[in-house]
Amino acid sequence: MRESRYWILSLGAAVCLVVLLGIHLSIMHLDTLLAYLGVVNADPLHYQAVMARGRSGGWVLAYILLLAFGLYHGLYGLRSVLSEVVSPTGQRLLTWAVVAVGFIAFTWGTYVVIKSSLMGGV
Amino acid sequence: MANFRIQRYDPEKDSRPYFQTYEVPVEQGMSILDCLFYIKERLDATLSFRASCRMGICGSCAMYINGLPRLACETQATSLATDTIEVRPLPNYEIIKDLVVDLSPLFEKHQRVRPWIIPYELEELDRPTKEYVQSPAELEKYLQFAYCLKCGLCLAACPTMATDNEFIGPQALAQAFRYNSDTRDGGDAERIAVVDTLHGLWRCHMAGACAEVCPKGVDPALAIQLMKREAVFGKKKERARLVDPRCGVTPLPGIPKAPEPTVKRSEGKR
Amino acid sequence: MRRYNNRLGIRGWIYAGNYGLERYLYFLHRISGLGLIFYLLLHIGVTSARIYGGAAWEQTMSLLSGPAFKLGEYVLMAGAIFHAANGLRLIITELGMCIGTPGRQEYPYVSSVRKQRRLMIVVMIIIAVLLLISGVDFFIL
Ligand code: SF4
Ligand code: FES
Repeated sequence: MRESRYWILSLGAAVCLVVLLGIHLSIMHLDTLLAYLGVVNADPLHYQAVMARGRSGGWVLAYILLLAFGLYHGLYGLRSVLSEVVSPTGQRLLTWAVVAVGFIAFTWGTYVVIKSSLMGGV
Repeated sequence: MANFRIQRYDPEKDSRPYFQTYEVPVEQGMSILDCLFYIKERLDATLSFRASCRMGICGSCAMYINGLPRLACETQATSLATDTIEVRPLPNYEIIKDLVVDLSPLFEKHQRVRPWIIPYELEELDRPTKEYVQSPAELEKYLQFAYCLKCGLCLAACPTMATDNEFIGPQALAQAFRYNSDTRDGGDAERIAVVDTLHGLWRCHMAGACAEVCPKGVDPALAIQLMKREAVFGKKKERARLVDPRCGVTPLPGIPKAPEPTVKRSEGKR
Repeated sequence: MRRYNNRLGIRGWIYAGNYGLERYLYFLHRISGLGLIFYLLLHIGVTSARIYGGAAWEQTMSLLSGPAFKLGEYVLMAGAIFHAANGLRLIITELGMCIGTPGRQEYPYVSSVRKQRRLMIVVMIIIAVLLLISGVDFFIL
């Protein structure tokens, strides 16, 4: 595939990330701001709260999308930066290493998300 | 009087560059190049630098002057508004001696993007039968980029060039865009194949340094971003019309074939 | 003949002369990006504690509490805010918007970087405001 395809995918992922990560970060960290906006969100890090989110279909989807977009965009960026310092002979290895890390992280992350959505009683 | 701190390096004697200071009686109207000539003629004949036209058209005198890559002949000494003027060779190249750097990577990368008009009908190149019609508006689509001097300032400014030898660089990318924007040219696909690569267009992240230092307003950054768009979304290329010459010109019969070139072109090999 | 390699190296990403702010944003963008991707990998590991039950989760969370971690989290969030806003600017400019169109140049030249500078300043102001709001929410309220 031409390099431009990877690039535009990375841009698309970036735009989606701005939205998704914006929501994710506000919920996890900006409780006062959310309270002003009328969303009550006591302790998002409490195990009960975490698992409650983990069981709802919307959040499962959101987490998987966050994983996919985050890993694609982040690892594409990592490869970009490293390709500018790695010697010409290391470029292929670099690409494969990045793909491998992405694959492992995505598989593990999705496994965790699916597994916790299936865990019934807390 | 201005103090010139000049970076010196003689490959036969020095293991690393060092600085030497000279005093030059700067007057209104003297360019940095004039000052360097003053030093070479009256103070130290061993100082090496490269210059030719002294009027900003040959691109030989590119150097790093007081914190920016600039053309020495286009930089007025008084415009720097300081008495200490530091002159160094361009960064991101190899130093041959003193202020002289080896620009051959620049020229080699320039050649890789096929910076010439590749006509739709190759026959028209060798035996033109008609004339191209190009409107002023079509001309202005690429004119700005055609003013490039190959001075190499933009590669010295580019942060990606600071680490990436392979990056084809702002100058060559701007020239790829210049020829792709020419309505007489049909070589888009060939050039896109060269620049739509890991070390082509996508190593530019719009730091804008090339556009800031370009002495001719070529604005490589503009060309690169517009070319990114074309590489992703494609473009509809307008084609120059071929018309019959106004006064009947009949190509002379029996014009002999051009001889084989005596110098082998490197054709983008490294 | 010996040559002296004058390539700036990684130092050249950070500083190479009196350029505009955009060249420094180039470096900040990559540093924040690198920080975020390494954090994401870490984050995937840490949050998977939840599949080992409530106790394991609470233990991991208590490991990761305290002022130092709170500050670290804010720095990450600041990095994300910067990377997102500056990234939107880069998407706009790299797709050829807000940087002008080719044309006849007249001295003094107004380059594409200069043409997007207003956008850059607006983006920087937005970043500052977001950093302030999230900082207040994070530490004070
Ligand atoms: S684009 Fe500008 S700075 Fe770069 S080589 Fe051409 S004239 Fe020099
Ligand atoms: S001497 Fe020709 S450009 Fe300066």
